Amino acid sequence: MEFAELIKTPRADKAVLHRPFHLAVEGTLCLTGHHLIFSSRQRDNAEELWLLHSNIDSIEKRFVGSLGTIVIKCKDLRIIQLDIPGMEECLNIASSIEALSTLDSVTLMYPFFYRPMFEVLEDGWSSFLLEQEFELLSSVSDEWRLSCVNKEFSVCPSSPPVVIVPKSVDDDALRKVALFRHGGRFPVLSYYHKKNGMAMLRSSQPLTGTNGRRCKEDEKLINATLRSGRRGFVIDTRPLSVAQQARARGGGFEQEVHYPQWRRIHKYIERFHILQESFIKLVEACNDQSHNMDRWLSKLEASNWLTHVKELLTAACLAAQCIDREGASVLVHGGEGTDSTLQVTSLAQIILDPRCRTIRGFEALVVREWLQAGHPFQQRCAQSAYSNSKQKWESPVFLLFLECVWQIHRQFPCSFEFSEQFLILLFEHAYASQFGTFLGNNENERAKLKLPQKTMSLWSWVNRPEELGRFENPLYEANSLVIWPSVAPQSLQLWEGVFLRWNRPSKFLEEAEAERINIIRYNKELQAKVSVLRRELAEMEAEQEVQE
Amino acid sequence: QVEQVKLLDRFSTSNKSLTGTLYLTATHLLFIDSSQRETWILHHHIAAVEKLPLTTSGCPLVIQCKNFRIVHFVVPRERDCHDIYNSLLQLSRTAKYEELYAFSYNPKQNESEQVKGWQLIDLAEEYKRMGVPNDYWQLSDANRDYKICETYPRELYVPRTASKPIIVGSSKFRSKGRFPVLSYYHKNKEAAICRCSQPLSGFSARCLEDEHMLQAISKANPSNRYMYVMDTRPKLNAMANRAAGKGYENEDNYSNIRFQFVGIENIHVMRSSLQKLLEVSGTRGLSVNDFLSGLENSGWLRHIKAVLDAAVFLAKAIAVESASVLVHCSDGWDRTSQVCSLGALLLDSYYRTIKGFMVLIEKDWISFGHKFSDRCCQLDGDPKEISPVFTQFLESVWNLTEQFPQAFEYNEAFLLQIHEHVHSCQFGNFLGNCQKEREELKLKEKTYSLWPFLLAEQKKYQNPLYNPDFSPELTLLEPNTVSFNFKFWRNMYHQFDRSMHPRQSMFNLIMNTSEQNKQLEEDIKELEAKIKQLNGQSDVILVKEQEQPAHPVPVALKSPACFQKEQPPMPVNDAVRTIEGSNTADNRYSELVSEFSKAEPAVVSLEYGVARMTC
Repeated sequence: MEFAELIKTPRADKAVLHRPFHLAVEGTLCLTGHHLIFSSRQRDNAEELWLLHSNIDSIEKRFVGSLGTIVIKCKDLRIIQLDIPGMEECLNIASSIEALSTLDSVTLMYPFFYRPMFEVLEDGWSSFLLEQEFELLSSVSDEWRLSCVNKEFSVCPSSPPVVIVPKSVDDDALRKVALFRHGGRFPVLSYYHKKNGMAMLRSSQPLTGTNGRRCKEDEKLINATLRSGRRGFVIDTRPLSVAQQARARGGGFEQEVHYPQWRRIHKYIERFHILQESFIKLVEACNDQSHNMDRWLSKLEASNWLTHVKELLTAACLAAQCIDREGASVLVHGGEGTDSTLQVTSLAQIILDPRCRTIRGFEALVVREWLQAGHPFQQRCAQSAYSNSKQKWESPVFLLFLECVWQIHRQFPCSFEFSEQFLILLFEHAYASQFGTFLGNNENERAKLKLPQKTMSLWSWVNRPEELGRFENPLYEANSLVIWPSVAPQSLQLWEGVFLRWNRPSKFLEEAEAERINIIRYNKELQAKVSVLRRELAEMEAEQEVQE
Repeated sequence: QVEQVKLLDRFSTSNKSLTGTLYLTATHLLFIDSSQRETWILHHHIAAVEKLPLTTSGCPLVIQCKNFRIVHFVVPRERDCHDIYNSLLQLSRTAKYEELYAFSYNPKQNESEQVKGWQLIDLAEEYKRMGVPNDYWQLSDANRDYKICETYPRELYVPRTASKPIIVGSSKFRSKGRFPVLSYYHKNKEAAICRCSQPLSGFSARCLEDEHMLQAISKANPSNRYMYVMDTRPKLNAMANRAAGKGYENEDNYSNIRFQFVGIENIHVMRSSLQKLLEVSGTRGLSVNDFLSGLENSGWLRHIKAVLDAAVFLAKAIAVESASVLVHCSDGWDRTSQVCSLGALLLDSYYRTIKGFMVLIEKDWISFGHKFSDRCCQLDGDPKEISPVFTQFLESVWNLTEQFPQAFEYNEAFLLQIHEHVHSCQFGNFLGNCQKEREELKLKEKTYSLWPFLLAEQKKYQNPLYNPDFSPELTLLEPNTVSFNFKFWRNMYHQFDRSMHPRQSMFNLIMNTSEQNKQLEEDIKELEAKIKQLNGQSDVILVKEQEQPAHPVPVALKSPACFQKEQPPMPVNDAVRTIEGSNTADNRYSELVSEFSKAEPAVVSLEYGVARMTC
């Protein structure tokens, strides 16, 4: 297919761009296969706006006489308005944008066409391999092994080809366990707590069904992570009633009889369309500037978004607490094990593991616990808060995770190597990107699409020193402690950097942030200067002594 | 003194407690726990003491403070508890001003320091700074002996054209005699903020002198013909007042006025709103939705927004339209003080400095007779007079500091400290209800002023991000008052509930770093001076040697010696760093450690299969 076929009017002059808190700008609008480009050549402030079609969530058009207006709502929640003279031009442009922003074939997406303008120092596609992770692990524990049982994705289509499992369980047993777990997602190691040797596993629900099927190999696998005489905890992210209903459809939960050493805790985390609706409501509330205080607060409440944040944080704290405080191993799963399960395991690691609070460590966490673990990004992030499509698999699961990281970041502003900007970057790229990182739903699909060969990885770009500087947290000081966040409602805040980003003037806040960075940077300069001077002085004094 | 008393964490579900000894002094309640940490509570800060039903571990005693601290003691013996309860009831309720802490507080200042302290803020100087007296405004001696208005200060500024009979006539037509006077003069726009109380207009009464007075104010502004009259009450309240012979200005009777209601609720609504807010925020195991709906139902943020909206309206009228504005409410000492002072704060960057903020409070709140004694319940009095009007003012300022992080010289700690002392009765400034009362109490001789003490420790209150050039003098600060900008002020209402706060404070870190930067700058100067001195002392040879390290060969040759000699400075360097380091530790890591011990999640209780988070 040629993109040109979809572009009937590639260019419109004298278009006017409106953005909140900016003056309207007149300029030329161009459409290309992947971008909407608006450029103005107004005297000295020539500016260009490049918008990926895939970033467009919804588009509305209306007419006043022959002046057409297009309102574009983006997946990063920005809303812009374009006035285009000429009804036909406007209609053409609107329909082109509509078609180009809803291409249904992955291989037509921009990452397949994007050619990087920078030198690739390190191929992000191979920056974070599970083998490296295992190497680290084997230096502290010999109870684990790498298994390639899923090499051809035949045992579990949504799991990566290589996984870490207890050493005492062989591949044949894993194949049997896979048959007992939803979608073949048998329990694998998610995190190993070096401090006390406890492990966090993740899987999908067991297929016990109504007749209480059991699987000896499954029991053996998870029991292998327990110390003798100690108990473990199964954290089920569904309420008990839902887990019970799941039995009727062949799913289920670990029954006490067969797992006597495990204590099951149901910690409900909202998912799918309920989360999506919550997201939509929150964005609606944030975008309406006319709300009076009561209405704003009741809309914020009705969105339930912060409730979801609190619940997820609480569940993650619980998992972390079981491991660190109780000294128990933990198995986390919900139904399919690709959404709330991953939220809990990844957040628990943020709390427990200082490495995950570094930039590279966080990238590794996202790769390991989200991309490799098979969170279906393509389905979940197909649309954002403005779309009317209402597909039931769209859900801001990853955004909610990022928001929880942000909440912890707020409470421990010096313990993270990355800044809020880095989280926002990941949010943006998960929804629309020139990089292939978040395409596909799992490693299996990514391999079929040959993404590592055909597209550029986000990590290749972001890990270059010139980019990385923008995402560093100037306040960072490595903190090797476990960080327990407060989950009291008074301690949680709306993530303004995402939800109010386009709705308020941010100049003063940005300037203040720059000043903060200045103070820190200046401090480093001064300290360096002082130590140079001290040394110089000491040298001089010493020389004087020698002379005397 | 009672031993073996337990102090419970207000929000903990795990009944974790600190055990220690409770002491009762003449002025404070003191709790020292087993690790010798002290908790001091001033008797004047106690808003309510409550004895809860006896439990197995003892008799619980809950103390609520005006600075929103809530402490929960468990006293082992009921009799002791009863005794403490009774003593606290007596001690926290003072009948006479002379019994307040300020009269016994002795900061070891001599008399001249005390006098100088009181002279620190000079309002005559402040009016001069604004540019009055001038061609249009003059100092009036009408109230020199508090004859016209008891609750106003002696010195008042009025339009030159307002003669004494007009003043007297106008004051008779205004509630409590509070006739229109100057609160702030904007010298660039030649426009004024004036304040007064409601007119005694009833349904039809009018007063020519009062009409003249307003006209005089209007004429004192050469740049604009009309003036605004802002009634800060909701229209309904103002209309109801007419039945009592009070009310609001009739636009037909006054020439060239634009009349405007702005709808800030009265002190009773505000009191119960705060009560509701505190009830919600004090709930244990609060869910997000209960918190948000409680916040909404309390109406607190709505009120804060209303106050700030009114101030923005006022400031814009002056800065954009160059129109003078007369502000009043009912008596003109609550809402009027809020709106006038916030309006001036938006207009004039001087009030965004530490000293300027003191002046602002001294002028619009203290001198114009905001009834601090009644509103803060300094003496045992009518509970219906209590209202958090000043707290709302501080909260509005805090909201502005959040939106304009670089516009204010002072920080949040400054606002919190002022709030603390408005209720502490430790200094004379806020005692009493008006200037006349303060003079009668001879506060300037018998008590001390708060301001010099705050100035002396102003390092603590400085905003490290402050940029004096942020806004040029007399340019308007335009806050965004869309609802989502208003946040719950956690550091005010949960100031003492440390588990709620970020475990690492970015603010403290920046404060300390900024402080350290100043120290380092000093160090560098000192070192450079020393080096210069050494250079000067030494002869030519030494200077040459000094240059040697620049050449690679000598460095290599000398390197072992260098290495040895480098050793001594290093520890010095480290020592400096550890001192500074420990400084940051005071503010962050120690906090962190103590937080951790306190905020550890409760143990997973196996019996119920639920893990409860205490944090």
